[in-house]
Amino acid sequence: MKEQFTISIFTENKVGLLHRVTIIFTRRHINIESITASESEVKGIYRYTIVVFETRESVEKLVKQIEKQVDVFRAFYHTTDEIIHQEIALYKIATSSVQNGLGLEKIIRDHHARILSLGQDYIVIEKTGHKEDTKELFDSLRPFNVLEFVRSGRVAMMKEIDNFSDTLHELEKSYQ
Amino acid sequence: MKDVMEKETAKIIESEKNKTVVAEKISGAEAVVKCLLAEGVDLVFGFPGGAIMPVYDALYNYQDNLKHILVRHEQGAVHAAEGYARATGKVGVCIATSGPGATNLVTGIADAFIDSTPVVCITGQVASPLLGTDAFQETDVIGIVTPVTKWDIQITDANEIPEAFAKAFYIAKSGRPGPVVIDITKDAQFQQMEFKYEVCTKIRSYFPKPKIDLAKIEEAAELINKSQKPFLIFGQGVILGQAENELKSFLEKSGIPSAWTLLGLSALPNNHPQNFGMLGMHGNLAPNKLTNECDVLIAVGMRFDDRVTGDVKRYAKQAKIIHIELDAAEINKIIKADVEIHADAKEALFLLTNLIKPKTYSDWINQFKELQKIEYDKIIKHDLYPNEIGLKMSEVVRIVSEKINGDAIVVSDVGQHQMVVARYFNHKNTRSSITSGGLGTMGFCLPAAIGAKLGMPDKQVIAIIGDGGFQMTIQELGTILQTNVAVKVIILNNEFLGMVRQWQQMFFDKRYSQTEMINPDFIKIASGYGLEAQRVTKREELDSAIDKLLNAEAGYVLEVRVEKEDNVFPMIPTGASVSDIRLE
Repeated sequence: MKEQFTISIFTENKVGLLHRVTIIFTRRHINIESITASESEVKGIYRYTIVVFETRESVEKLVKQIEKQVDVFRAFYHTTDEIIHQEIALYKIATSSVQNGLGLEKIIRDHHARILSLGQDYIVIEKTGHKEDTKELFDSLRPFNVLEFVRSGRVAMMKEIDNFSDTLHELEKSYQ
Repeated sequence: MKDVMEKETAKIIESEKNKTVVAEKISGAEAVVKCLLAEGVDLVFGFPGGAIMPVYDALYNYQDNLKHILVRHEQGAVHAAEGYARATGKVGVCIATSGPGATNLVTGIADAFIDSTPVVCITGQVASPLLGTDAFQETDVIGIVTPVTKWDIQITDANEIPEAFAKAFYIAKSGRPGPVVIDITKDAQFQQMEFKYEVCTKIRSYFPKPKIDLAKIEEAAELINKSQKPFLIFGQGVILGQAENELKSFLEKSGIPSAWTLLGLSALPNNHPQNFGMLGMHGNLAPNKLTNECDVLIAVGMRFDDRVTGDVKRYAKQAKIIHIELDAAEINKIIKADVEIHADAKEALFLLTNLIKPKTYSDWINQFKELQKIEYDKIIKHDLYPNEIGLKMSEVVRIVSEKINGDAIVVSDVGQHQMVVARYFNHKNTRSSITSGGLGTMGFCLPAAIGAKLGMPDKQVIAIIGDGGFQMTIQELGTILQTNVAVKVIILNNEFLGMVRQWQQMFFDKRYSQTEMINPDFIKIASGYGLEAQRVTKREELDSAIDKLLNAEAGYVLEVRVEKEDNVFPMIPTGASVSDIRLE
């Protein structure tokens, strides 16, 4: 059975490494639903968060192949209920469309969104949340004619306490 | 005046200081050569070109310490490096220029990757300001090779050279070995840098040697001690991990019958009483059949390739599987292990040997022997001592093997002859079989044999090649000519792409689509390259011709015209189970 898995990968910061990791997916004809990369709490160690829709068996093998890469420290995979996750979305609407009394203020309030930028021509609204939440706001903003919409990939943390600094320390101890 | 004097003196001192610093500086290209020397490399294979010219210029000054073998095509360089690595256990090194030079390496890099061969490939690259501009002979080498390398790096600053090389050699040879590519821009090769080399022994994100889980060893020992019909299968992991003695000790204490994969060949002598031959598609009858009868299957340093397992849904379902493997990603990849031993074969076998009880399995071993006899009567006897007029590949291999008596390295190409060599060449010493297993690269043999011979100059190196594969890298006869490598080439010529033809006969209604070869006169070609050569078409000429080949001081080519439409058996057809192995 296929389900959604979030893969967290801790790596060195090296040119070409993202390519090396993503081709592990493409070689197996697995589509990447979303991907983000940034520096982790440990200086110089980067963290990729990749979302796939796959079987557990296939993800298990995939993660082993990822972990096998020389510049990858560790890779973990989790089902959606095992993680805290978030995405960020930006919406651009024309300033003129707000004047038609459709209650933008209430929509923003109800969705716990906020206005990032307010200009003569357009307004940029920001909302963080799960994909469904940002989608919901998108639907609510439809009457205002959304000029542009962008959503980030997922960022996620595991629910279990697994500080990577400790893991790294552990790894250094357990391997000769 | 005093002021001026002081200033002048200061200037002179400063310029002298700079001079000494300048004197210590070398070019990135020279640093490349010094890195190779620091890693103990004394032989490299390569082909020059624009973007690697500074390195070739630096090599010119180090000819006494670092020998360069000029190949005729970059594919030849990487296969030669592979052959060198497989024969010696050291890292093979090859050099190519950017663009087509680098892309010509790709097949060999892929071959080294799938067969876990430690190779360092150095490629030139256009100058860094030209990267991504479609400059002359520019290709995205790293982008191309990443899927088939263990590690790769592009260097645009000469100061990165020493660390990159140290890491490259460490990564190529440690853990599960594999190919590494270092791509160096031309400006970095020219750039002056201060050279300081430190050998790499650790990379913080890389764990080549896992800590062995003793509980798993105990669990495995318990399974083995309770087993009635245990069976051990082993692959190249035994050779790469230098675990040949540990394997032998384990087998002899345990009394367990064993079989090798194609790349496990020569890890145990052929004549060891517990060696029952080869697994897989054209392997032996007993080990294939009995895979599906054993109660415990101990797999050591092998990865359950599809050519070994046949249909995985009908593979050793009755058995408990113990998988000893260094690469964690191989465990449970194809066959689910009941006991996972993520470890180096040497260490795991040693620990396991201490915990197992000495046993004999006479009934179980007899089952192997009975099947061995059936295979001998139905296939082997006729293969080795045929009575029809046409020569068989197998009799040629038998005679060569008998005359050599185990003291040679045999390199084979890909196809029917490869299976025949694997089945009938007898090995005494480890690392005496070199062939392209995982990738099945036709054209591998000739350059790999050159590399093997240069790595082991005191060993007889026999290259046994089909007529198809020979023509894929035939140009390397030029390397033999220029370098005087005493490789002994035997072309088993059936004027067909024999393995494909066999499949066409069996599975495609004898529709021989594009498998018949019209070949050149190989003897004339060999002579053109200054090599002594002979053609044999009759059985009575064979023996003396092989003597002549083996006794030749220099490289030698022997063409044997063999039966055109001969088949290799036994065979497990694709999708069939190992127990459905066919004798005809």
